[in-house]
Amino acid sequence: MASHSSCPSIKNILLLDSDGKRVAVKYFSDDWPTNSSKIAFEKFMFSKTVKTNARTEAEITLLDNNIIIYKFVQDLHFYVTGGDDENEIILASVLQGFFDAVTLLLRNNVDKREALENLDLILLCLDEIVDGGMILETNGPLIAEKVRSHNMDADSPLSEQTLTQAWATAREHLTRTLLK
Amino acid sequence: MAQPLVKKDDDRDEEAEYSPFLGIEKGAVLQEARVFNDPQLDARRCSQVITKLLYLLNQGETFTKIEATEVFFAVTKLFQSRDLGLRRMVYLIIKELSPSADEVIIVTSSLMKDMNSKTDMYRANAIRVLCRITDGTLLTQIERYLKQAIVDKNPVVASAALVSGIHLLQTNPEIVKRWSNEVQEAVQSRAALVQFHALALLHQIRQNDRLAVSKLVTSLTRGNVRSPLAQCLLIRYTSQVIRESGNNTQSGDRPFYDYLESCLRHKSEMVIFEAARAITELNGVTSRELTPAITVLQLFLSSSKPVLRFAAVRTLNKVAMTHPMAVTNCNIDMESLISDQNRSIATLAITTLLKTGNESSVDRLMKQITNFMSDIADEFKIVVVEAIRSLCLKFPLKYRSLMNFLSNILREEGGFEYKKAIVDSIVILIRDIPDTKESGLLHLCEFIEDCEFTYLSTQILHFLGIEGPKTSDPSKYIRYIYNRVHLENPTVRASAVSTLAKFGAAVDALKPRIFVLLRRCLFDSDDEVRDRATLYLNTLGGDGSVVETDKDVKHFLFGSFDIPLVNLETSLKNYEPSEEAFDIDSVPREVKSQPLAEKKAPGKKPTGLGAPPSGPPSTADAYDKMLLSIPEFANFGKLFKSSEPVELTEAETEYSVNVVKHIFDRHVVFQYNCTNTIPEQLLEDVVVVVDASEAEEFSEVFSKPLRSLPYDSSRQTFVAFEKPGGLPIAGKFSNILKFIVKEVDPTTGEAEDDGVEDEYQLEDLEVVTADYILKVGVSNFRSAWESMGPDCERVDEYGLGPRESLAEAVNAVINLLGMQPCEGTEVVPPNSRSHTCLLSGVFIGNVKVLVRLSFGLDGPKDVAMKLAVRSEDEVVSDTIHEIVASG
Repeated sequence: MASHSSCPSIKNILLLDSDGKRVAVKYFSDDWPTNSSKIAFEKFMFSKTVKTNARTEAEITLLDNNIIIYKFVQDLHFYVTGGDDENEIILASVLQGFFDAVTLLLRNNVDKREALENLDLILLCLDEIVDGGMILETNGPLIAEKVRSHNMDADSPLSEQTLTQAWATAREHLTRTLLK
Repeated sequence: MAQPLVKKDDDRDEEAEYSPFLGIEKGAVLQEARVFNDPQLDARRCSQVITKLLYLLNQGETFTKIEATEVFFAVTKLFQSRDLGLRRMVYLIIKELSPSADEVIIVTSSLMKDMNSKTDMYRANAIRVLCRITDGTLLTQIERYLKQAIVDKNPVVASAALVSGIHLLQTNPEIVKRWSNEVQEAVQSRAALVQFHALALLHQIRQNDRLAVSKLVTSLTRGNVRSPLAQCLLIRYTSQVIRESGNNTQSGDRPFYDYLESCLRHKSEMVIFEAARAITELNGVTSRELTPAITVLQLFLSSSKPVLRFAAVRTLNKVAMTHPMAVTNCNIDMESLISDQNRSIATLAITTLLKTGNESSVDRLMKQITNFMSDIADEFKIVVVEAIRSLCLKFPLKYRSLMNFLSNILREEGGFEYKKAIVDSIVILIRDIPDTKESGLLHLCEFIEDCEFTYLSTQILHFLGIEGPKTSDPSKYIRYIYNRVHLENPTVRASAVSTLAKFGAAVDALKPRIFVLLRRCLFDSDDEVRDRATLYLNTLGGDGSVVETDKDVKHFLFGSFDIPLVNLETSLKNYEPSEEAFDIDSVPREVKSQPLAEKKAPGKKPTGLGAPPSGPPSTADAYDKMLLSIPEFANFGKLFKSSEPVELTEAETEYSVNVVKHIFDRHVVFQYNCTNTIPEQLLEDVVVVVDASEAEEFSEVFSKPLRSLPYDSSRQTFVAFEKPGGLPIAGKFSNILKFIVKEVDPTTGEAEDDGVEDEYQLEDLEVVTADYILKVGVSNFRSAWESMGPDCERVDEYGLGPRESLAEAVNAVINLLGMQPCEGTEVVPPNSRSHTCLLSGVFIGNVKVLVRLSFGLDGPKDVAMKLAVRSEDEVVSDTIHEIVASG
């Protein structure tokens, strides 16, 4: 699929913990047909990347003809994989979008525990970024908004909703500043 | 909104790793899924259960068909709830469960209702779910809504429909192609991602229509495409158009180059990079065209972002292969990347520098790399060693410093793979650059003085035994070799003894001294070492007299060993100690299992007429040897051609059989390779009964059955036919596999005594004219063609009818004729309208044949072909035409 004249395509998006165990993963390519081949890939990739410092800027490597772009925060490891002739910067933008959206959805508490407690949001987030390998959206805040939109109560009027939400956000900010 | 899915256990300490899914179990969750059936739905609880199900799937848990169906039906009940959050999870799990066609019907109406909902989020998601699980018939029902959705004012809805269209195009192209008006409208959308998705779909709809793609590119490159992703697509399509418009660059500027160049000034990095990469990959790119692209890539090299540095250095690395001069400007930036934290970047930088380096900079570069080598991982070191090897082959005059470098790193710490790469490199350099032989061998000698890897020591000793005696002063190596006999483990000692003997056999002057050394080995503590020393002393004439070593002895000791080791092993096991000595000639030479190399055979075709076969013996040689070892085939003469294996059974059947057709001048031998895949069975007296009633000119002369075929083994049975000599006679054969089945007790592995006769129908087999043509290439087709002359030329035209693509048609004809494509003409450039393919071969009776095929597209899909044949015999030329006419 990922030849030059075709569309950019994403082979997988992975969110692993600091032991390389799955938090949430999504595969779009047939390169890894079985669960064991997926696990083997995750293990191999994790072992090759875990020692690098990918905490400030996203890092990149080429393994088995796949480009892997990754970023670590606390005990969470974010990965995006594409074919070896893919535009690296496009892949990086997908990773950035995923990362930003997760940060927003977890309200800056980006760690494994928070991610598992909000696994539904993470899964919806993956669903909104890529559809069958095709990039749907790379803008983090937009992705987060699409995921969150369901948390609004459908029956309450729109204006009230936003007000309640604004109030909640304000209150949260206040508590945070007070706690500091 | 962030409720834990399981109440947190307060007794548990914080430090214990906490997970809301701790101790989760499939059975329990499936039980919990019963809440979906409650009359009063608890939306939040249902969401939690779905999350748990998705968690299980995500961890690699699988549901049985029944479980999946049950969950699916329960989930469909949840459409009653109006809770948006729950609905999202329902969409998600339906996609994950990927229901079967008859299950899909249950949710279709619910999803169609959502597709027409007022809530945008419902519409977008319902479209994506429905398109994912739907089939063609349903698609026509919802097509109208999808077309509307494409031009929906909500970008999320429009994107959902467009992306679904991209996926559906693979399965239902005729339907999606009807949407092009709407898609075209969406290309103008103000929403960035909609534009991207619309452009992708529009291009895929039109990709086989070159004119339409060209028009699309022309109009869009003038207008403004807002989305960076869409811009990247446009760059890809533009370079495709440039590639196809091809060879009209003589007139001056390349069309659309200005557009690509303007993209280098785009504000988005992904667009800049896409454009730079596209420029570097243009066919026959000039250095003037390259310069601006190289300049932006050079800027990326010093970016703070690893991704940008990586992308730039990787692209420059590729450019360096074809235009090393264009990249030299970046050398300073590249050199600073040698110390990059990211080792992938550092290695790419090094290998680029090694490619762009000229002869004068080699020494400086080697100095830098020496510093760099100490702090990178072995796998990167291997890449560097390989790059240095090719640099040395490129600049043979610089072998001194490169060889020094290799010998230095050989002395340093390193793992086996790394050391092996270095040793291999030195061996290759010794082979290809004669000047390096003496110093290289000495480096290797020094290395084995202190080498912890038995494998490498024995390999090097073996290599020394071959190369050492040919040097000007072989005696200087003896010391190193004999030291091994004192200091090493038995394996290395035995290997050193063999090497000493080789020196003794090859250099008569050294013989007496070698004998002294070998005699000392007679008292070694290891019996293999003693045995070898005794053997060599006796066969080489260890009485100390200087005699010319017998040819036969040399061959016996150091010649190639052509008996399959497996066969030798079984024969030795079966040999019972008796008066009669073991006779090595009694070991069968048939290859019992298919050699693995056979699968890779196409890569090893001879490349030129009369090119000497180099490297390992080809498959043809292996077949030749095997057939010669069967006495019944000995008088068939020289093997003309062996076909690729043809499968006679479906994959994964009980017995798997494929056949290789061996063509001789007056005979044809079918070699049936049979594999038994049933552990509980032993097959005996396996034979293929061939019915040649549809191949009248063939008569069976001999059949060699297979005595036994145990589980998981692959062995051969042969059937030979006689046919009129020299003529390419075709025929069709039907095959039945007959055998006696014996049950095998799985615990003891022993077969029962009584067997049952059984048979198994195999697919038919055909001998076609192409089997009588040998693939033999010519290096210069034009001169070969002209020297053949037009005397026996036959030209005709054929219509091949509608074909999937030109490339497919070309391949079909090549396969039909079974000839060797020359000068890479079997590759058809994408989207060409015409193509010329050159083939060469040798017809049975050693008649050279050359074929020139000119293909052209006639209408949208119809392929027309002109076939010109030249050969040494007009009958053969006519035969080639007959093959095509009847194929």
